[in-house]
Amino acid sequence: MFDLDKWQEIYYTIKQNKLRTFLTAFSVSWGIFMLVLLLGAGKGLENGVNKEFEEDAVNSIYVSPGRTSMPYKGMKQGRYIRLKNSDYSSTKSEIEGIDHITGRYYCSGEFTVRYKDRYSSFSVIGVHPDHAFIENQKAFQGRYLNENDHRERRKVVIMGTEVSQILFKNEDPIDKWIHIGGIQYKVVGIYDDAGDGDEDRRIFIPISTAQLAYNGSNYIHNMVFTVGDASVKESIEMVDKVKSDLSKRYKFDPSDNRALFIWNNVENYQRFVNLFNGIRIFIWIVGIGTIIAGIVGVSNIMLIVVKERTREIGVRKALGATPNSIVGLFLQEAIVITGIAGYIGLLGGIGLIEFINYSLLEFSVDAPYFRNPEIHLQTAIGATLLLIFSGVIAGYIPAKKASKIRPIEALRDE
Amino acid sequence: MIELKEIRKSYDVGKQKLEVLKSIDLHIEAGELVSIMGSSGSGKSTLLNIIGILDEYDSGDYTLNDTLIKNLSERKAAFYRNRFLGFVFQSFNLLSFKNALENVALPLYYQKVRRKKRNIKAMEYLDMVGLKEWAEHMPGELSGGQKQRIAIARALIADPKVILADEPTGALDSQTSFEVMEIFKEVNDAGKTILIVTHEDDIAHKTDRIIKLRDGIIVDEEIAIAS
Repeated sequence: MFDLDKWQEIYYTIKQNKLRTFLTAFSVSWGIFMLVLLLGAGKGLENGVNKEFEEDAVNSIYVSPGRTSMPYKGMKQGRYIRLKNSDYSSTKSEIEGIDHITGRYYCSGEFTVRYKDRYSSFSVIGVHPDHAFIENQKAFQGRYLNENDHRERRKVVIMGTEVSQILFKNEDPIDKWIHIGGIQYKVVGIYDDAGDGDEDRRIFIPISTAQLAYNGSNYIHNMVFTVGDASVKESIEMVDKVKSDLSKRYKFDPSDNRALFIWNNVENYQRFVNLFNGIRIFIWIVGIGTIIAGIVGVSNIMLIVVKERTREIGVRKALGATPNSIVGLFLQEAIVITGIAGYIGLLGGIGLIEFINYSLLEFSVDAPYFRNPEIHLQTAIGATLLLIFSGVIAGYIPAKKASKIRPIEALRDE
Repeated sequence: MIELKEIRKSYDVGKQKLEVLKSIDLHIEAGELVSIMGSSGSGKSTLLNIIGILDEYDSGDYTLNDTLIKNLSERKAAFYRNRFLGFVFQSFNLLSFKNALENVALPLYYQKVRRKKRNIKAMEYLDMVGLKEWAEHMPGELSGGQKQRIAIARALIADPKVILADEPTGALDSQTSFEVMEIFKEVNDAGKTILIVTHEDDIAHKTDRIIKLRDGIIVDEEIAIAS
C-alpha cells in the first residue's frame, strides 16, 4: 500500500540533511558506477581476446617441425626434422579424438598471381580439405576444396575475399582461370575468414597439387588438427602421443622441445578463460568492496539520524508505534537512499560504457584485445538486487537500534 | 480503572540500587480526575511512566482496564498504549515536520486508519480544542498554549480509557495553564479518567483528588472539594 506519511517523512529527513545525504548517496553511486564500469571493461577485454581467438578454431593444435637440440641414440644434435605425408596419414589414423586434420605446404615466397591484365602477389598454401574447419573459413561463394580435388591433384584454388577483389573487381571469379607462377588454376570458391588482417589475402590449393607443382615431393611444412570438445587434459595427452610417435619415427628425444614446435590452442584458450574468470572475480571483489564502503556510509548517516530523532521515536512509541513500524520507517529510508543513488550510478556506468562502445564503433578504433564493452541484462538486474540488498543491510542496524529505544529514555527532558 | 498493588521500582546507580518506588498501592476509578504531587525525586514521574506502560516495574501487579500489565512484549505494550492511553507532555512533543492536523491524527495512523478518515476525525478534535483554523500550521508557528491544546487533541483522538499528563502546564504561563486545565476538566466531565503529575499546588487543587508522593511512598491523599 502506498503510504504517503512514510514518504513525507523520508522527504523531510533528506531535506533536513541535504549535504550529508548527498555525500552518502554519492558514495553508493560511485560504488555501483565503478562496479558497472569495471564489469563492462572486463567484458570488453574478454570480447577482445575472444575475437583474437575467433580467427581459428579454439580447439586446434599446431605441429611444426624444428631442429633437434639434444643428441639422441647416437644421433647428433642440430638435425632438421621434416614432416611427410605419411606423418599426416599416421597421425590421422592413430591419434584418437582428432576431428579434422590438415597438412600445410607453403609454396615458398609469394607468387605473382595474374588474371588477365591484373596481377599482384599473394601467399599460396597447399592444404587438405579439412583446412576449412580449422581456420574457420567458409566458402561464401562457390565451394571449398574437396577430396576429389586432393586425390586427382586438380589445379583448383579457393581464395580470400581480398584476393578476389584485387584480381576480379566486380567480375564473378568462379570458374575463371588464374595464373600462379605460370601455372593455370581454376577458381572454385571464395572464402571469408572469421578473423581479420591478412587472413583474407591468401590462396589455397590442394596440398597434393602443391607438392607436385612446386617440388614439394612428399613433404609437408606443418600439421594442424582440431580435437573436438576434448578437455585440456585430453588435448595434452594427444599432444604427447603425437610427440612420442614422431620422436620414434625421426629418432629425437621426446623431451627435446626444439625438435617439434607445438601450439595447443585448447590449453592456451583455457588459460585465457581462467585468466578472465580471475579478472571477473577480482572485479566483483573490488566493486563489492566499494559498495560496502557506501553501505557503511549510509549506515552511519542513518545511525546519526536515529540519534537525532530519538525523542521523536519515543513520542511515536508513546502514541502506539510498534517496533516493526519504527524498523520499517528507517529501513525504507535507507533503501530509498541506496536505491536511488545506486540507480543513478548504474545509469551513469551503463551510459559511459555505451558511449565508449559507440565511440569505438563510430571512429572504428581497432584496439587490440578490447572491443564491444557491454553490460548484460542479468548483470544490471543483479546490480539492482544488490542495491536493494545493500539498502536493507545499511538500514537494518540503525533501524533495529531505533526500535530498541525505550520511550521513557526518549522522553526524558534534556 | 487503574489498580496498583505493591508496585516497586529501583534503578541501578553505579553499584548501588536506588529505590524509586517502595510499595505503591493505588486505586483510581473510571472517570476520576486525579493529580500526583511531589518534589523532584519523589518518584512521581516514574509512577506515571509505569502507569503509561513506558517503563516496567520490578514487582507487584498493575491492572489497567481489567488487563494485567506485566511482562508485555514491545508489540503488546504498543497496542495497549495506543488503545488505552493518551499522553500529554510538558514539552508538548509534537512532530515538528507535521502540521497540527497530522500531529493530531498520528495515533490513528498507528491504528492503520485510512488517511482521509483520520484527517476528518483529527479536524473534529482540533475543533473541540478550538484550533480548527490552525490545522495547516506547523508546530513552530504556534504558541505554547496552542501546542498543548493540539497535544491534548492528539491524546484524545484514539478515544483512550485514561489520559496521562506529565507536568502539562510546566512550560506555560498561568493564564494559559488555567485554559489548559479547563480543557482537562471538560474532558473529564465527558467521562474520561485523567491523571496529572504536577508540582504546582494551584493546578493540583483543580483536580478532584490529590495524591502526594515523597521518597517513593504515598504520604498523603486528599479529596479536594470541587472548586
